[in-house]
Amino acid sequence: MNAPATPPSAPATPTVPMIRTLGLVAALCGLIIVGAYQGSLSAVQENKRIALERAVFKVLPTAKSIGEYFATGNGVTVASGETPAGAIRFYAGYDEKGQLAGIAAEGAAKGYSDFVRILFAWVPDCQCVTGFGLVASRETPGIGDKILVDKDFLANFKALEVRLNEDMSALANEVKTVKHGTKTAPWQIDAISGATITSRAVGKGINDASQALLPRIAGHLDFIRNKP
Amino acid sequence: MSLDKAKNLDEFMEGIWRQNPVFVMALGMCPTLAVTVSAINALSMGVATTFVLVCSCLLVSLLRKVVPKEVRIATYIVIIATFVTVVDYAIQAISLTLYEALGAFIQLIVVNCVILGRAEAHSSKVPPLPAMINAAGMGVGFTIGLLALGTVREIFGNGTLFGISLFGESFQPWVIMVLPPGGFFVLGGWLMFFAWWAKRKEGSKAVPAEGHQHA
Repeated sequence: MNAPATPPSAPATPTVPMIRTLGLVAALCGLIIVGAYQGSLSAVQENKRIALERAVFKVLPTAKSIGEYFATGNGVTVASGETPAGAIRFYAGYDEKGQLAGIAAEGAAKGYSDFVRILFAWVPDCQCVTGFGLVASRETPGIGDKILVDKDFLANFKALEVRLNEDMSALANEVKTVKHGTKTAPWQIDAISGATITSRAVGKGINDASQALLPRIAGHLDFIRNKP
Repeated sequence: MSLDKAKNLDEFMEGIWRQNPVFVMALGMCPTLAVTVSAINALSMGVATTFVLVCSCLLVSLLRKVVPKEVRIATYIVIIATFVTVVDYAIQAISLTLYEALGAFIQLIVVNCVILGRAEAHSSKVPPLPAMINAAGMGVGFTIGLLALGTVREIFGNGTLFGISLFGESFQPWVIMVLPPGGFFVLGGWLMFFAWWAKRKEGSKAVPAEGHQHA
């Protein structure tokens, strides 16, 4: 009896054509990617600049122009390029006359779903936070996002006291979010009932960022007041 | 209608109805459920995926005779990833708000099985024109699927359509519709509707045939 005939197998592709094809495809794809990057770069940068301006103008409504700065352990410098390690990036808003309207800085703290990132405005004259906006949040729609629309919660930020102590080394009073209806001091935030975790994230974000940033810039406000 | 035109139309319609990626093949469920919280997100994701589908399928088809079968999957993934990167830059250039709303799901288009499936099962075997037409049909079908979910979820979950308020301030939104379970509810509803529709069509075709037999 004859053995069953095995079907002829396709000849294996030699190594060199495989490498050549992969190299060709990689080079072609590389060209397309670099072309797309170069072609979109200026529009992306412009979009980022507009988004930043909008965010700062939203928390500092009287500002008409922005200055970007780094706060390092050694002082304050005008920002350029990436933020150096250990430095904090912040923004100064200037009004029509070029007067300092306030400082805007980012803060972040863990919320219910993820980190709640905010941009808040601090005004040196009153040493208070006068507003905040969301940079990124994945909080529950209809619950966590009340922080942007709840009138009672937003009333906390008409003039939330964020004052430095006498030697300007830390905040005089920690910014703290308290249960709804129990606010007794101007540095406390009255939480939204039912959205306490997100409310706390806002308070902690402001507190942590202020504790890190304000002592660094307190001695350099005159430098910041002179618009670059 | 010439035979070529009829064939091209058939290629295009395949993805819209007979093999709709969302409602028939149930492919690409990750973006289907995740980004369809609003109609604009759904439309943008659909258009982005269609662009990647058409461009990838065109290039796969053009290279079909030079790509050895042993390295074809690696090649397809590199090609798909390239066009996803292009879309990523394009969306950043168009709108940062949209880019943030779509989040990581733009990059995850790379692993959308609709695209790799088309490249492997269709584009690698046919000339560029039918490959592009078929891919465009699949992309439009996918976009229709996403929009079907996005519109329902936005209307009930937010009381708006493309950001325009429909019911005024007194409307109490069904928040669950914009939460993950809402995606499953709405998808289930649409699948049920399409199954009912298909069955009804089958029934209407079967009735005259049976009637003829009895007569």
